[in-house]
Amino acid sequence: MIETPVLERVLGEALRHGGDFAEVFAEDRVNSSAVLDDGRIEELSSGRDRGAGIRVVSGETTGFAHTADLSEQGLLRAAAAASAVARGSGPGPGTAVTPDRLGDPVGRPASGDGPGTVAKADTLELLRRADEAARATGGAVTQVQAGYGGSRRRVLVANSEGVLAGDEQVRTRFSVSCVAEGDAGLQTGFETAARTVGFEMFEDVSVEELAELAARRALAKLSARPAPSGELPLVLAGGSGGILFHEACGHGLEADHIVKDASVYVGQVGRQVASPLVTLVDDGGVGTEWGTFAVDDEGRPAQRNVLIDKGILTDYLWDYLRARKEGRRSSGNGRRQSYQCLPMVRMTNTFLLPGEDDADEIIAQTPRGVYVARLGGGQVNTTTGDFVFGTTEAYLIEDGHLTEPLRDANLIGNGPEILTRVDAVAGDFAMTPGTCGKDGQSVPVGCGQATLRLTGVTIGGTAQ
Amino acid sequence: MSRTLVETSTPGSDPGELLALAERVVARSGTGEGVEVYVARGSDTDIRAYDGEVESLTSASSAGIGIRVVADSRLGFAWAGSLDERVIAETLEEARDNARFATPDEHVQLARPDGVPAVPVDLWDGRLAEVDTADKVTAALALERSARGADPRIRQVASADYGDGTVEVALASTTGIRAVSRRTSGYLSVSVIAGDGEASQTGGGFSVGRGFHDLDAGAAVDDAVTRAVRLLGATKGPSGRSTVVFDRRVATTLLSVLSSALSGEAVAKGRSFFAGRIGETVGDPVLTLVDDPTDPRAYGASAYDAEGLACRRNALIEHGVLRQFVYDTVAASRAGVSSTGSAVRGGFSGTPGPGCRALALSPGPQGFDEAGILAAVGEGLFVQSVTGIHSGVNPVSGDFSVGAEGLMIRDGVLAEPVREITVASTLQRILHDVAFVGADVEWLPGIAAGQTLAVGEMQISGV
Repeated sequence: MIETPVLERVLGEALRHGGDFAEVFAEDRVNSSAVLDDGRIEELSSGRDRGAGIRVVSGETTGFAHTADLSEQGLLRAAAAASAVARGSGPGPGTAVTPDRLGDPVGRPASGDGPGTVAKADTLELLRRADEAARATGGAVTQVQAGYGGSRRRVLVANSEGVLAGDEQVRTRFSVSCVAEGDAGLQTGFETAARTVGFEMFEDVSVEELAELAARRALAKLSARPAPSGELPLVLAGGSGGILFHEACGHGLEADHIVKDASVYVGQVGRQVASPLVTLVDDGGVGTEWGTFAVDDEGRPAQRNVLIDKGILTDYLWDYLRARKEGRRSSGNGRRQSYQCLPMVRMTNTFLLPGEDDADEIIAQTPRGVYVARLGGGQVNTTTGDFVFGTTEAYLIEDGHLTEPLRDANLIGNGPEILTRVDAVAGDFAMTPGTCGKDGQSVPVGCGQATLRLTGVTIGGTAQ
Repeated sequence: MSRTLVETSTPGSDPGELLALAERVVARSGTGEGVEVYVARGSDTDIRAYDGEVESLTSASSAGIGIRVVADSRLGFAWAGSLDERVIAETLEEARDNARFATPDEHVQLARPDGVPAVPVDLWDGRLAEVDTADKVTAALALERSARGADPRIRQVASADYGDGTVEVALASTTGIRAVSRRTSGYLSVSVIAGDGEASQTGGGFSVGRGFHDLDAGAAVDDAVTRAVRLLGATKGPSGRSTVVFDRRVATTLLSVLSSALSGEAVAKGRSFFAGRIGETVGDPVLTLVDDPTDPRAYGASAYDAEGLACRRNALIEHGVLRQFVYDTVAASRAGVSSTGSAVRGGFSGTPGPGCRALALSPGPQGFDEAGILAAVGEGLFVQSVTGIHSGVNPVSGDFSVGAEGLMIRDGVLAEPVREITVASTLQRILHDVAFVGADVEWLPGIAAGQTLAVGEMQISGV
């Protein structure tokens, strides 16, 4: 994208007036998407965005500017803007660092077919097949929307510490959303598959299966009763979303919250924060999961980070700036939505390691409770630890059996409390994709978990 | 390197220049081909203060184009984050190619001028361009310092931000649409932490305006501090049925969620519980809901919609009776009605769809503010913030379940704080159970006004 000598001159310009760290992050992203709705291919969309973000750090202050102009002149202008704001806003200039020579590039070559190489007609065929499969599931399915999205994102990172890294991330996503209509009104069902691969995702993923899952979810809820209200035992199905740990502790372990004393997990490293059945890992390098990459958006290779080991908190998640403050290295968790954003500490693929219980046994040994087959999104306040997560497919457990389907509801809990309530973890591990939003930036993440039980969670239904 | 048609970093310049660019692209349309070009550019400054210093200062400008092509009743779309001439040519070609693959649909068409005159709304504060970055930095630092010292129970300022921006948009089409608009905006936002360790509580406050000069740091800090401090000592509240009073900010969120069920597209596609109910009673007679982007006080005020038609006042619910939905051109055609001038889009990278910009409820006959409603309710729950709106509110089915924190209402006033509870009902029930609509209208950021709202009989889940 940008020649190395140019990067060196731009970094030199960025530090000309002082500052102790400078970085160029360049990105070239191509998106394509297609939507089938109401039985018609409604919209094919193509998008192209490229540009660079330049930051200059001087002590505690970061200056940032971005540009869509990747010429040397454009980059030098952005570098000057970033350095001027840093100089003007903070203490005097630090020791200027001149990059002698950038290191050898790290990263990986492109892989997979994405926008530009996938025939548009092929994506439409998938959408039509999904629409048919969903409608064939039941006559009460009254509406189907299917969407395909592909993206190719090339990134280049160079900084004044000599890092030169590049990555090419090809991602593919397919989703189906259904509406079913019954006597009690409308209900919805949704299912999605998303991976960091190209069009070859569909060698493993059946769009018909996704469509049937989404349709069945909507149909099941037509006869659903209102979810209970109050505290009950909860069984989460393997691969039901994994968002429980993402919200209950993932965000609270992000070092930007820790250094500002804005997390319930401050000062907890080395302590028992969860049931001994809980071993939680964040790993940006796992296979082709949705949150996978070769290097993060600060040029650090993805790595496996054990956050909780058998219930003991072992570490937080770090980006460059927060790690530097603590005199340590980034854990490969510096990510950003686009070149127009500053990086911050983000999760990648966050998952609970499988346990030794049997999924069916867990249900059989639950006299009364709620079984969640699929979760929706969630939200957390890291300072108090209070979090919610929503169900999109759930059933009542009575005498150890799944009985009636339940209407959608949010569940609410407090992270540190909930983590101690995990009393069974099975081996049927599965990952699911999601989009994580923080401070206005969205990034793709993976969540994973096997079937597990919580001894009590507050369920926010309408039944008394 | 190819020539750039428009310099993208001139603050405060004339959007007419963008319109000229849009018209040049429209002029490249082929025979029988409809082309709509949306061009936008903007600039932003964002400053975050922390612990007496500037944590980050971002200054940036950006521009982009979105092109819709309609050929043989088929739509194609492409966008690019650049106004480079070569990129624009590629984008037009890509939109054309995309159109070839869509299903022909007689309702697919570009907007045509409908004779409704645009109501001018002045959204541009020319003074913003003259504010030095140093003064903005000072504002951010002062906000942080003021929050830190506002109350001895505040132990941390998690974030204190100043931000401003400009946006200019031009829209032109082969169907005769020509529209330009520009707006400036500014905000101060602060989030504080009160108390210690496990007893910590958070609160946020903000002030928004059209620029730098109309921001009120004192109000933002007071709001943040009050919200955090009054929650100190909160415990998990009791389960049961209760009247719920929603804070103005929460009410804004509720109206925003409700608005997706009022979209003419959602209705036409069977994704709204309002489908087929025009003329029916859908709520308590106290409910009158209007979307009026021509009200210059509204945060989402606008002269034109996202297809270049004049924005207009649309009464959606009157005295509890459902009157109409909001439409863009395609959804209106599908329903056999005219566009209500309600197209919205997420910038140059999105395509238009129907949506609201400036929803507000008519104040109830009593003219109550928050205190008046609390007194009238007597006993219940006051909700100051909700979580999980996107995971717990389904505008298709109407199922409603959100996390909440707030204070109990006892003897008509706020009493002890509660947290980690949920509040549940259905959107359909909520509309019928509205007891009081406040007259304390405040135009908050987003697509709806804030006004205190009381809803009878919701299910609370707690201990």
